[in-house]
Amino acid sequence: MRALASDLPIRFDTVTVRSRGVTILDHVTLQIEAGAPTVLIGPNGSGKTTLLRAAMGLLAPTQGRISWGGIEKSPPIRRGFVFQHPAMLRRSVAANLRYALRAARVPHAYHDARIEELLALVGLAGLDKRPARRLSGGEQQRLALARALARDPVVLFLDEPTASLDPASTKAIEDVIRAVAARAIKIVMSTHDLGEARRLAGEIILLHRGRIVERAAAAEFLGSPKTEQAKLFIAGELLV
Amino acid sequence: MHENASALQLILSGDPALYAIVRLSLFISLSALAISAVLGVPIGAFVALTRFAGRESVIVLLNALMGLPPVVVGLAVYLLLSRSGPLGSLGILFTPTAMVIAQTILVTPIIAALARQTIEDLWAEYRDELTAMNVGPLRRVTTLIWDGRFSLVVTLLAGFGRAAAEVGAIIIVGGNINGFTRTMTTAIALETSKGDLALAMGLGAALIAIVVIVNVLAWAARRVGEQIAG
Repeated sequence: MRALASDLPIRFDTVTVRSRGVTILDHVTLQIEAGAPTVLIGPNGSGKTTLLRAAMGLLAPTQGRISWGGIEKSPPIRRGFVFQHPAMLRRSVAANLRYALRAARVPHAYHDARIEELLALVGLAGLDKRPARRLSGGEQQRLALARALARDPVVLFLDEPTASLDPASTKAIEDVIRAVAARAIKIVMSTHDLGEARRLAGEIILLHRGRIVERAAAAEFLGSPKTEQAKLFIAGELLV
Repeated sequence: MHENASALQLILSGDPALYAIVRLSLFISLSALAISAVLGVPIGAFVALTRFAGRESVIVLLNALMGLPPVVVGLAVYLLLSRSGPLGSLGILFTPTAMVIAQTILVTPIIAALARQTIEDLWAEYRDELTAMNVGPLRRVTTLIWDGRFSLVVTLLAGFGRAAAEVGAIIIVGGNINGFTRTMTTAIALETSKGDLALAMGLGAALIAIVVIVNVLAWAARRVGEQIAG
């Protein structure tokens, strides 16, 4: 349907983000490549959300450079983002997806089939006519996932997608994330839930005070952490 | 009691004079409302979504203009349209057109200020999603206006209320000419001063009924719309 331009790898070159005098990301250098899900963990205020937003292109770094597939200032055409509290457009479930498809310039002839496919993927088949704002929290999060996937992204960012959801909704979201990852869509997500990181991550990045403290394959990170902060975090101690 | 009965009789008998006044009033108020909506909503959207020097002052000014005194607007429009005024050559003073202009000046700031608030609140909610979806500026505006439509209906009702109840401006620029520029509010003022309370009360009842009916219809449309769209 569309040219297969890739936004990967995403490169952070000594990226610093400051807001109102506070340093949120501090000289972060990072490369995100295709492959298994990358999960950002860390305490509140460690910079997870800001890193995701910067990687999506929603905010510009104060210092440093970010590039997508080697291109700086690349519009988010093949990137999707699911916010912790997604806004539901005041229209039906199907109309929310149709809106995203139009924004992604998917030809109208493909819309109906794509909507059906996306709703089936996220487990919302049959709810297409329901007003989006009347869905439960978990259903809204799944619709937000489907809406982000409407862009046919090569990379999908999820900011604490299961925060404040019940276990059943969390499982439903995690199942969708696995299904999306199985389609070779790069997942980059944040969570404060170490169990979720264990279940989903291919690699884990621990952030603390705006810096990357440790980055490793999930099994290695969880089995034999190298830094004191990672050991404390895995042990459930408070990182301050 | 006698006046009450006479007023009711005028309404129920379909008195041609009364209904001509009602028709003209509706024409002027709805025309002013339509023009104000076309002007005010985009102005509100522009101020809500654009950052520019002096924006806060513009917001304060728009809010202040909601309280424009009708007689002052009437006087200003009169000076503009009077024979010696800059637009005197148009020859529209003491016509319904002049009355529509005056009411448009009164209603546009109300719609712009309230629409600005509605759209700005919705933008705060939608900004991240629309930016992540790479939605362009024009589409953002149309999305916010469409998704804010139920709140904007209340904005239009506020504008209609102002126009329908207004007398100070239109009596100055319309002249209250019988059969030509006489509206419900100007007729009520005139008939009361003449002591014809039956007609004044009949018009007053009709005016209240119209405002109530318009609000009920808007409320029903909003409820049905919210049931469908959420």
